[in-house]
Amino acid sequence: MSPSRRSLLLSAAALPFLSACVTSGGDDDDPAAGNTGTKSADNPLGVKADAPLEVVIFKGGYGDDYARQAEALYTRKYTGAKIDHKGLQKIGEALQPRFVANTPPDVVDNTGASRLDIATLVSAQQVSDLTALLDAPSYDDPAVKVRDTLLPGVVEDGTFSNVPRTLNFTYTVWGLWYSRKLFADKGWAYPTTWDDMLSLCATIKAAGIAPWTYQGKYPEYINDPLLSMAAKTGGLDLVAAVDNLEPQAWKAPGLTSAAEAFAELAAKGYIMGGSEALSHTEAQAAWCQGKAAFIPCGSWLESEQKGVTPDGFDMVMGAVPSRTASDRLEQPAVQAASSESFLVPAKAKNPAGGMEYLRVLFSKRSATAFAQSAGTLPAVAGATDGLTLSSGLGSVRDAVKAAGSETFTYRFRTWYAPLAKAVDDATGELVNKRSTAAQWSDRIQKAADALAKDSSVQKYTR
Amino acid sequence: MRHGRWRFLAGAIVPALVLHVVFVLSPYAQAFYLSLTDWTGVAGQAHFVGTDNYARLGGDSLFLDAVRNNALMLLLVPLVTIALGLFLASILHLGGRGGRRGIAGSGAYQIIYFFPQLLSLVVVGVLWSFVYNPNTGLLNGALRGIGLGGLAKSWLASPSFALPAVMVVLIWSSVGFYVVLFSAAIDGIPQELFEAAHLDGASGWATFRNVTFPLVRDSVQVAFVYLGIAALDGFAVVQVMTVGPGGPDGATEVIGLSLYRNAFQYGKFGYASAMGVALFFATLTLAVMALRGSRKAVVA
Repeated sequence: MSPSRRSLLLSAAALPFLSACVTSGGDDDDPAAGNTGTKSADNPLGVKADAPLEVVIFKGGYGDDYARQAEALYTRKYTGAKIDHKGLQKIGEALQPRFVANTPPDVVDNTGASRLDIATLVSAQQVSDLTALLDAPSYDDPAVKVRDTLLPGVVEDGTFSNVPRTLNFTYTVWGLWYSRKLFADKGWAYPTTWDDMLSLCATIKAAGIAPWTYQGKYPEYINDPLLSMAAKTGGLDLVAAVDNLEPQAWKAPGLTSAAEAFAELAAKGYIMGGSEALSHTEAQAAWCQGKAAFIPCGSWLESEQKGVTPDGFDMVMGAVPSRTASDRLEQPAVQAASSESFLVPAKAKNPAGGMEYLRVLFSKRSATAFAQSAGTLPAVAGATDGLTLSSGLGSVRDAVKAAGSETFTYRFRTWYAPLAKAVDDATGELVNKRSTAAQWSDRIQKAADALAKDSSVQKYTR
Repeated sequence: MRHGRWRFLAGAIVPALVLHVVFVLSPYAQAFYLSLTDWTGVAGQAHFVGTDNYARLGGDSLFLDAVRNNALMLLLVPLVTIALGLFLASILHLGGRGGRRGIAGSGAYQIIYFFPQLLSLVVVGVLWSFVYNPNTGLLNGALRGIGLGGLAKSWLASPSFALPAVMVVLIWSSVGFYVVLFSAAIDGIPQELFEAAHLDGASGWATFRNVTFPLVRDSVQVAFVYLGIAALDGFAVVQVMTVGPGGPDGATEVIGLSLYRNAFQYGKFGYASAMGVALFFATLTLAVMALRGSRKAVVA
């Protein structure tokens, strides 16, 4: 079992050869040469009509039929193009070796639990600049650019160091969910201020229901309302300060007072006992069974709970209450971000085709079809206009409308994954009464400072 | 003739040796090299950074949590598993009348003990998370049922109980294997020795201490090595069961989990490789120490 001296020497001698395996990708041949056509009004990205196109789609909760529909539209226009479609769940496992070998597909839906870290991909220069696509005329109306058909924030979400790198297809909004039926039966009104929330929680508790539950196994879920509340108090400056890793950013009054609010929620016993150990499915099931009144979650909740929600439950999402009367953002402001991020690898063989595919996918026609089949808002503005929506999705659309231009999103989660973990851990301790609001901001600030000092991590600013 | 034999041997051995070098040794060697680079895992390039990654390990509080937790597991998991395994195996063989035969139905017990071994660790983890569920779980339900509801806890979400809860699962899932292993070792002891001990009027404990244990010591030593390596891992169970995973707040972090997160979620393959190399040396040291220990014990 244990290596002999000779085998150790042998492997030492083999080292230089083996190291060549990882670092062999030095050649600068442009694989796209020969796969570009001439640009025209009808073909603004210069797609070569018969160039093959390889599409890799994350086949998760939304399936991949919507992607196939867009592929059908693509081949209708470029009849000679052969499309190689792959619907996968483990995007990372499948694509990592292909990125390393410089033979990636032409367009990738980098989503799901095993997605590749986008910040790493960008800093390794593996992702194409999508400016040409965003400035191209949209599929539906040549007078409107692609970038102007998108919901607020979508372009920014995919922008790294001022260069758009990914285009996100779904639009996620975060808020507090409750059952309209339960609230109507009990005569409760959705609270718009934190004081109202606390007094309503007292009423709910008196009625024998836990006011809140959360997906305790993954503390990031309860982070979202906390950080939303902080953003409303401190405004977009606070959000930018946090994302830009500014010194003392996490000690801003908006953040500490939001942390105090959630510490208070826990201290008053308004969080369902045992929530801290429940998985998302367990906590959400308890909420659907009426054991708790509120649960924080993103707009995917309704489709995730499809099989479990009782008839007539009528789930709706509300915007997080305001903490103070002098908040910088209005109460209907929501945390919203696009996800399901599509990218065109820098070393793709047919990048023009990859971008053209995205132009087709982001057309109103395929976005509307997606909204209907997936029950989620697409990132394309107006894609749900005129549709009859379910209770949850309708409330999400209404929330987006009510927020108007006041949507915000923190970017540190995608830029600095280790900081996101530090925040999740700290919030888990906070809502379980093992740390105070002051300790919460201290320890996150420490993690952010360490990150800011770490020269091996590429920094982004907004 | 002699010449042909060599050719035959080479023909038989070389292909296997080449496969072994390419698929077993070379990944090890590559990991050593990668641990000295900043490889991201998604690009063809990696820059040599020297021992930077190793220097970082000492300042990574989550990694230090992981080392502490693995050390604790290394201390407790093998000890408890082997103690339980020896106890159960002895009962199965010597617990019956006169201390010379197994208790009734010992064969069936052996099969039952071995059962968890048939399940994958991930399945074990999922099942046990149901057991530990604070509101609907079997454990709290049983405590409440016997009037000890005050002891009910959020097992996997309290910093002081999460790691013991995970260790219980690791022990539960491996004890059966060692019962069978030790049973086989005890079977190999000549029956006359037990009879002699019985005639001398030795108690059950004295028989175990003076006859059984010295004669199964080799098996115990092997078990220590295996269980030590398992205790230095613990990744699957922690990943499936715990809050975070690895939480709450690092309470169940293990080296394997830190490594996995850095490589596959943060895109720091170089740094993760440094963790892997550190783990490799810890495991190697453990194995060497345990085997040295056994050699001395035999001489003495």
